[in-house]
Amino acid sequence: MSRIYLFKRFERFWHWAQAALILTMMLTGFEIHGVYTLLGFETAVSTHTTTAWALIGLWAFAIFWHFTTGEWKQYIPSDKPGRIFAMAKFYAWGVFTGDPHPYKATPERKHNPMQRLTYLGIKLAVNPLIWITGLLYLFYNSWGGVLAGADLQIVAVLHTVGAFLMLAFLVAHLYLITMGETLFAQLKAMITGWEEVKE
Amino acid sequence: MYGKARGEPLWRPAALPAAIVALAFALASPVPANAAALTAPEASEAKASSSTTDHSKLEALDKDFQTGPEVTKACLTCHTEAADQIHKTKHWTWEFVSPETGQRLGKRNIINNFCVAVSSNEPRCTSCHIGYGWKDGNFDFASKENVDCLVCHDTTGSYKKFPTGAGHPNYASKEWPPKSGKMRPPVDLKKVAQNVGPTSRQTCGACHFYGGGGNAVKHGDIDSSLGKPDKDLDVHMDAEGLDFACSTCHRTDAHAIQGSRYTTVAADTDGMVVPGKGNDERATCRSCHGERPMKDEKLNDHTDVVACQTCHIPAFARGGIATKMWWDWSKAGRKIDGKPVVKNGKGEVVHSMKKGQFAWAENVVPEYRWFNGEISYTELGDRVDPETGVEINSFGGSADDGKSRIWPFKVFKGIQPYDAGTDILAVPHLFGKDPDAYWKSYDWNRALSAGMQSVGYSYSGELGFIESEMSWPITHMVASKDDAIACDGCHAREGRLKDVAGIYMPGRDSLKPVDLAGWALVSLVLAGILIHGVVRVFSAIKRS
Repeated sequence: MSRIYLFKRFERFWHWAQAALILTMMLTGFEIHGVYTLLGFETAVSTHTTTAWALIGLWAFAIFWHFTTGEWKQYIPSDKPGRIFAMAKFYAWGVFTGDPHPYKATPERKHNPMQRLTYLGIKLAVNPLIWITGLLYLFYNSWGGVLAGADLQIVAVLHTVGAFLMLAFLVAHLYLITMGETLFAQLKAMITGWEEVKE
Repeated sequence: MYGKARGEPLWRPAALPAAIVALAFALASPVPANAAALTAPEASEAKASSSTTDHSKLEALDKDFQTGPEVTKACLTCHTEAADQIHKTKHWTWEFVSPETGQRLGKRNIINNFCVAVSSNEPRCTSCHIGYGWKDGNFDFASKENVDCLVCHDTTGSYKKFPTGAGHPNYASKEWPPKSGKMRPPVDLKKVAQNVGPTSRQTCGACHFYGGGGNAVKHGDIDSSLGKPDKDLDVHMDAEGLDFACSTCHRTDAHAIQGSRYTTVAADTDGMVVPGKGNDERATCRSCHGERPMKDEKLNDHTDVVACQTCHIPAFARGGIATKMWWDWSKAGRKIDGKPVVKNGKGEVVHSMKKGQFAWAENVVPEYRWFNGEISYTELGDRVDPETGVEINSFGGSADDGKSRIWPFKVFKGIQPYDAGTDILAVPHLFGKDPDAYWKSYDWNRALSAGMQSVGYSYSGELGFIESEMSWPITHMVASKDDAIACDGCHAREGRLKDVAGIYMPGRDSLKPVDLAGWALVSLVLAGILIHGVVRVFSAIKRS
C-alpha cells in the first residue's frame, strides 16, 4: 500500500463548503417550493438567498483556483472512450465479482472517466441552469428589456428542474463514492487529501 | 422625516444576464433602503384648538336655536360658501355618476343587499343625510338652510340625528327605540353651535360606523371600535399614538372629501404627495409611504402586485365587534317562538321579524381578488338570474392589465326580494306608518309595489328571492407592522391567495408534471442504488 496526495487543502475546503451550501439550499429550496414546512417560508427564502450569494462567492474563488492551477483539466473527458465502458462494466459487474478497480487515480488524473464526464456535465449544464434561473428568479422585479413581461413560471420551473437534477446527482454521488478501493477510501481522501492505493 | 421620495431605486440592474458576476459582488452587500421612517409624535398633551375663532364668542351663535336649519342660517352668515360647497358633494346629493362606466350610482340610486334602497324609506335612511328634512322624493336639494353643519362639526358628542327624523335631531324629548321606555333628551343647539370644530373620528363615525343599519353592519373595517382604537386595531388612528382623524387621510377641499368607494384608487403610482406635484390625493397608503416603504427590498418587490392592505390588514372586524356577513330577507315577517327578535349568546341579533336572518363574524379573513379600481353595479332594471344569483357590484382587474393589485374584500352575502315576473331587483318600501310599509303590514307584495312605484317601475306581483353578493374593499383597521401577514400566509399550498389566478407564486404553485418527473428521477436513482447495494452486499458475502 502507498499513499498519494490527491486533494489539496483548498480543493477539500471547496468541496465541503460547497456540499454544506448545496445541502442547505436544497433543504430550503424544496421548502420554498412548498414540499414541506421546516424553517418557515420567510427564513427559508432568506437562507436560500444568503447561501446562494455565499456559493457564488465560493465559486468565484474555485473558478480562479481551477484556472490558475490548471486543475480545470481534471474535467476534460477521457480521450479513450473504452475506459468509460470499463468503468461501467466494473460498476455493473466487476464490483459484484470482486474484480479490482479498473482505474488508478493519480494527482494528475484524480477522477475516473465516468466521474470526469459527470462532473463536467454538472459544471456545464446543471450548475449554469440553476445559477441563471436562480438569479433571474431573485431579480424577478428588475426584469427589463427582452425579459419584460416574461413569465416567472418558466424560470421557476427550469430552476426546479435544475434542483431535481442536482438532487439526483447528490443521491448517486453519495453511493458511488463508496465504490472506491474500499468502502470509505474516497470519503477519506476527500477529508484528509490522501488516498491509499494498492501497488 | 420622510425618506427619499420613491421613483428611482438606487439600484436597478437592467440587463442581468450580462453582468451576473459583477452583480454578485455589487449586490452582496445590503441594498440601501429608501424606507420612509414615519415616527409617532410625543404623546400629546391635551390639544388646544388652533382655530382663530372662538365660536362661543360669536353673537350670531348666542341664540336659543329651535331647529337645526336655524343654526345653519347662523353659520352661513360667516361661512358664506359652505352650503354651496356641500351641495356639490356626494354627502349631499347621495348621487355619483361613475366616470368609467357612466352608471348613475350613489346611495340615492344603488340597490344593495343590506336595507336594499333609499327610495320610499327616506325618513329612516336620511337620518344619516348631511341635511335636514329629506323625508320623501320631494326634498329641495337647493336649500341652503337644510345643510346640516353640526353633524360633522360637533365637538360635544351631544348632537345626534334622530333615527327616524329625516336628518333632524330631536328638539323635544322623544322615546327611542319605540316602546322601549327610553327617552332621548333634546339637543342643546346653542351649546353645540358654540362648540363647533374640526371633524373627528366621532363625527364621521356617527354615520359611517353604523352603515347598513347598525354598528359594524356594513363595512367590516369601520365600526365604533375606531372611535378610540389602540395601536393593534389601527396603527394610524391609535388614540394614544398617531391619533389620526378620518380627515388626516380623507382630506377635504371645499368640503369635498378625498377617497371614494365608487372610484377607488386601486394602484396609486403617483408617488408621495408633496406640494407642487399636482395630485394632492392623500387617501391612499402610498401618498404618504411611497411605493417602496419597507426596509426589506424583497418585500418592496411585492408592491407592484399586492395592495398594502392585503398584508397589513390581516383580518377585518378586529375591534371586538362582529360585522354582519349574511342577511336573509326571505326569513323576515315571522316570529321565532313568539319572539320578533332573537339574539345569540353574544347578544348579536340573528333573527328579526323586520329584517330576516343574520350571521355575524369577528376577525374575518378577507377574500382576495385582483382590483384595478373599476367597479360596476347591478342597477335597478338590470336583469338578474335567480339560478346564478346576483353580484351587486363587481370589480375589474387581472394579473396582466398593468393597473391591478391584489386587494382584500369583505364579501357580504344574502338573500333579497326581487321581481320574479320581470327578473329585476326590487325596491321594497320598508319604513313608514302607511299600511304598504313592510314593517307595518309584513306584506312583501304591497311593500314591493309601493317601493317600485317610488322609482318609476311597476311591480309584476310575482315575488321572488334571490341570492346576492356585495363586496367591500378593505382598507381600514391597519395593523402594526408586526402583525402584518407573514410570507407563508400566502406563499403556501393552501394560503390566503390560493384562488388568485394569473401569477406564479413560489410556495403555492408548481408545474405538476415537472414535479412528478423530478421525483420519479430521484426515486429511480434511489431504487437503482438500493438494488445495486443489496446485490453488492450479497455477492460480497458469497465471495467471502
